[in-house]
Amino acid sequence: MNITLRVWRQQNADTPGAMQTYQVADVSPDMSFLEMLDVLNEQLTLAGDDPIAFDSDCREGICGMCGLVINGLAHGPNELVTTCQLHMRSFSDGDVIDVEPWRAQPFSVIKDLVVDRSSFDRIIQAGGFISAPTGTAPDAHAAPVPKADADAAFDAATCIGCGACVAACPNGSASLFVAAKITHLGLLPQGQPERDSRALDMLAQHDEEGFGGCTQIGECTAACPKGIQLDLISRMQRDVLGALSHRR
Amino acid sequence: MSVTPEHVDNSGSFYVDGDPIADAKAPDVPLSQTWDQRRFDAKLVNPANRRKRSVIIVGTGLAGGAAAATLGEAGYHVKNFCYQDSPRRAHSIAAQGGINAAKNYRNDGDSIHRLFYDTVKGGDYRSRESNVYRLAQTSVEIIDQCVAQGVPFAREYGGLLDNRSFGGVQVSRTFYARGQTGQQLLLGAYQALERQIAAGTVEMYTRHEMLDVIIVDGRARGIVVRDMVSGEIETHMADAVVLGTGGYGNVFFLSTNAMGCNVTASWRAHRKGAYFGNPCYTQIHPTCIPVSGDHQSKLTLMSESLRNDGRIWVPKDGDDKRDPRQIPEDERDYYLERRYPAFGNLVPRDVASRAAKQVCDEGRGVGPGGFGVYLDFADAIKRLGRKAVEAKYGNLFDMYAQITGENPYEVPMRIYPAVHYTMGGLWVDYDLQSSIPGLFVIGEANFSDHGANRLGASALMQGLADGYFVLPPMISNYLADAPFEAADENHPEAVAVSQQVQERVSTLLSINGSRTVDSFHRELGHIMWEYCGMERTKEGLTKAIGLIRELREEFWRDVKVTGVNEELNQTLEKAGRVADFIELGELMCIDALHREESCGGHFRAEHQTEDGEALRDDENFAYVAAWEFGGDGGQPILHKEDLVYTEIEMKQRSYK
Amino acid sequence: MAISGLVLVGYLVAHMYGNLKVFAGQEAFDEYAHHLRELGEPMLPYEGALWLIRIVLLAAIGVHIFSAVTLWRRSRAATGGKGSQRYASSKAPRGSQRSYASFTMRWGGVVIILFVIYHLMHFTWNTIAPGGASDSPYERVVNGFEIWWVVLSYTIALLAVGFHLRHGVWAALASLGANTSQRRRRNLNILATLVALVIMVGFLLPPFGIFFGLVG
Ligand SMILES: Cc1cc2nc3c(=O)[nH]c(=O)nc-3n(C[C@H](O)[C@H](O)[C@H](O)COP(=O)(O)OP(=O)(O)OC[C@H]3O[C@@H](n4cnc5c(N)ncnc54)[C@H](O)[C@@H]3O)c2cc1C
Ligand code: HEM
Ligand code: SF4
Ligand code: FES
Repeated sequence: MNITLRVWRQQNADTPGAMQTYQVADVSPDMSFLEMLDVLNEQLTLAGDDPIAFDSDCREGICGMCGLVINGLAHGPNELVTTCQLHMRSFSDGDVIDVEPWRAQPFSVIKDLVVDRSSFDRIIQAGGFISAPTGTAPDAHAAPVPKADADAAFDAATCIGCGACVAACPNGSASLFVAAKITHLGLLPQGQPERDSRALDMLAQHDEEGFGGCTQIGECTAACPKGIQLDLISRMQRDVLGALSHRR
Repeated sequence: MSVTPEHVDNSGSFYVDGDPIADAKAPDVPLSQTWDQRRFDAKLVNPANRRKRSVIIVGTGLAGGAAAATLGEAGYHVKNFCYQDSPRRAHSIAAQGGINAAKNYRNDGDSIHRLFYDTVKGGDYRSRESNVYRLAQTSVEIIDQCVAQGVPFAREYGGLLDNRSFGGVQVSRTFYARGQTGQQLLLGAYQALERQIAAGTVEMYTRHEMLDVIIVDGRARGIVVRDMVSGEIETHMADAVVLGTGGYGNVFFLSTNAMGCNVTASWRAHRKGAYFGNPCYTQIHPTCIPVSGDHQSKLTLMSESLRNDGRIWVPKDGDDKRDPRQIPEDERDYYLERRYPAFGNLVPRDVASRAAKQVCDEGRGVGPGGFGVYLDFADAIKRLGRKAVEAKYGNLFDMYAQITGENPYEVPMRIYPAVHYTMGGLWVDYDLQSSIPGLFVIGEANFSDHGANRLGASALMQGLADGYFVLPPMISNYLADAPFEAADENHPEAVAVSQQVQERVSTLLSINGSRTVDSFHRELGHIMWEYCGMERTKEGLTKAIGLIRELREEFWRDVKVTGVNEELNQTLEKAGRVADFIELGELMCIDALHREESCGGHFRAEHQTEDGEALRDDENFAYVAAWEFGGDGGQPILHKEDLVYTEIEMKQRSYK
Repeated sequence: MAISGLVLVGYLVAHMYGNLKVFAGQEAFDEYAHHLRELGEPMLPYEGALWLIRIVLLAAIGVHIFSAVTLWRRSRAATGGKGSQRYASSKAPRGSQRSYASFTMRWGGVVIILFVIYHLMHFTWNTIAPGGASDSPYERVVNGFEIWWVVLSYTIALLAVGFHLRHGVWAALASLGANTSQRRRRNLNILATLVALVIMVGFLLPPFGIFFGLVG
């Protein structure tokens, strides 16, 4: 099939960008979206043009490195897939496809479709961990964890830190990302001692980074490739309220 | 040791023999006490002095991440590097199946000794006994550590950890977190690492690619990296350097590795004197989704747990192009069940992979290009019900459907082997120190624990063992001798290396030829897959070496790298990596050519039993091939480390 | 945001209940209006309770507006001032699932406050008196709602309130931690729609009743 792409091109953080149009011919429906961009990039390179910069690494939906806003939707039109797992069979011959980077003030564009997501790491630094220095651990069976809690913790822990939730959120909020980590650790017995400080500190860092506040619109969950559910945000709010009340 | 004349003839022109080497670090005590003794002998660094000792760690995967977190916690000044935008994205994240540990929670007869034995046997008796024993010992602590960090392993209704049997072993010792074990383990290490970054003990450098190592006065003292955003070539110095940079499967272009996985860090260290151990040992995983066309950029693994219930077959007749569901039972060849009645579809990875290649080479492969075999769940669905199959494999089926657009509940899946893991890597001694003092290598990047074939679920174990438990005391032991000669980034050696790196970058940018980097990479991959893949022959390997040399020459003459250094330039990044892969590919072929035997993942067609199984030659090849760089245009120098087994008797593997 | 919003919702419910007394006739309604002012006597002075309520309301409105403005500003800062329109692509103007109501929160809120001022001028301060002034609250109401544009303005305002509550009640409950599962999420949204409808319809009954001559 033949595809027309309108792609955001931006040299670096300091220069303004714009949408540019490219034609890609003979696209196979079995190609992934990123492989289609690879093909275009080969063409651009041979023509002496600068290929389109975009992030990807594992290309199997687990590392969280890839992420494009495709036709206005983070990770494209399909549910529960990352950009790298989106295949061209989801499009039709002759389609015009808009491709843009994640947009949010804390995610500044580095080049073209590549953005800076280091704010996510700083949010984890603020409290997204359980302090367990190497070598201090008791036997793994010392604290049984009810299966339901373990499963729910796992569901939350599947967040890949891609940032689609932010890209999709009308408020540019990263609440879903933060809530996923707070839920993962807060559901486990090992996570209890730091539960209060974790919730408060991570949220404070979230705000500090310049992400917007949550108004429960739910676009994050719809865009999330890992199906992180909106109720985790509610759970985070409960943890925050709990932490505030313990503080007094 | 007797050297067969054939051996000398074949490869004499490609390498020269060097002095034998031995691992001098494992104390000479009974195997089960070796590690305790080594730790006891190791020197310590006073806590007050640790802040003054600096360590560079390249890599944030299970190995590098765990090491950085642990050494930071211990109080050392750590600088940690990765090429991704966050340490959390190291390719360890992609491991699906699980991690072994000799916990014997199932009371099914497992023990440290059994895990040790299975790993040595799985590695086809080409690994170092002392290292493997330590690995099995440490496995127990790893699970404790990870649970304490909040890794959400699968649990049973009673709240205790669940285990499964994995990779054809007879005990259930594999801990897992649904199909995302690597992700969860890595996030545990990543979170511990971020905690240290917040505490100020670890300085993190993301989007920084290591391009060379700096050696001062015989010791590894620093690295040169490129800031991938600004293009700046930076020099970082420290008292020791650790590489945890992962595997080099991408030398095959198509593999289950991530796009950015590379050998550059290891290769640059190799060029500076670090020996490369067993480069030809490659693991090819039998259950991957087949290639769909030339555009393919990577291959996706599906957990081999699928082989527990799926049945593998091809049509008996290669011309049978019917819809698989229309092919009657008696016209199908369930070739694994036929050839290996005892193990059936559960034979080890190398055996299953090679068998798939054989039936495809016979022209009986299925799917586009004939590179695929069926993995059929029809019987399982009949036997267990669709619900049960969905519960067990639902996410894998979804992934398959997502990629291929076919519904595996209806139509048999198609699978084909793909390069998955590289057992080879930089040679290290028992302390995980390479042949360059002060340069330590951990995780998949070293050669140490898996011999010629890695057992399922043991790479995660090794990465974490190295990072959390083995490297830290060994680095302390090394750093106890510091301070070393003062060396900052203005040291003449550092300046010289930095200049070399800059020149290489400028050269790449100035060639302005007519071929893309990817086209070179793809061609290299074809050569490697064809001649240094699942089945290797003397002619093939010899031919491959010639082809690779030509390719290398062409690359430096005709590659086209657009853009400039002073910005994010993904083509430039790739170009540097591919250049190193080309050099590595040649060494892999030389190694494969010199190893005139079949063992584990290394199968030489000339060396097989009557029924086509790998035929080891323990008398002549029970050694680690540690290759020293012989200079550009020179020949690599082979150092042999003999493998001595005290606890285990070498046997021919049999899965009949 | 959530707590102040819910306080306001609580007030609206009470207020709506009072308004519906219009259907019970002049006496009952005037009695009710008067009673409001005597509530709590002699513990509290005349209009004491009413003032307490007013203080709480004013505080709630203050807090609500303050938090709304804060959220709004953070949202603008995080999205370059463009919110959901920050992408050049115009192919997904409504995102993938969001409710129409969720778009109306901010400007809808502004409409509501303007309306509240107008509404107070009309019924509380008596600064304006469309349809004729009177000492009887009942008469003021009836007089007012006999005029088409007064009814229209209330209708528009209550549509705005309805939308505001459709998303607001759900959001408030979720933000306070009430959303515990995907199913609860659905139920809370249904609840919010119901609350919004009840309040909207409840408030609109008197004006329409009067306009169509069912009252007075
Ligand atoms: C698809 C897949 C599934 C697997 N499943 C299993 C399983 O079920 N069980 C099991 O035991 N094993 C499994 N393995 C193997 C196992 O995951 C890996 O061997 C292991 O995780 C490697 O860890 P590592 O820390 O050594 O390297 P990696 O996790 O690959 O980390 C490498 C790090 O080095 C950095 N790096 C690399 N080069 C440079 C450079 N030049 N400059 C700067 N930084 C650099 C990277 O940024 C990264 O941080 C699987 C592997 C794959 C590919
Ligand atoms: C001055 C007029 C008002 C303004 C400017 C205003 C503005 C807002 C804004 C911006 C929000 C944030 C939610 C979002 O953006 O999605 C909100 C929420 C809400 N509003 Fe209002 N509002 C006003 C009046 C009212 C009134 C009169 C009521 C009560 C009837 C009310 C009830 C609510 C409720 C319950 C919420 C949900 C709180 C939450 O999101 O946590 N608002 N309002
Ligand atoms: S919550 Fe979902 S969308 Fe957000 S970062 Fe995690 S995986 Fe990505
Ligand atoms: S590239 Fe790893 S998730 Fe898409």
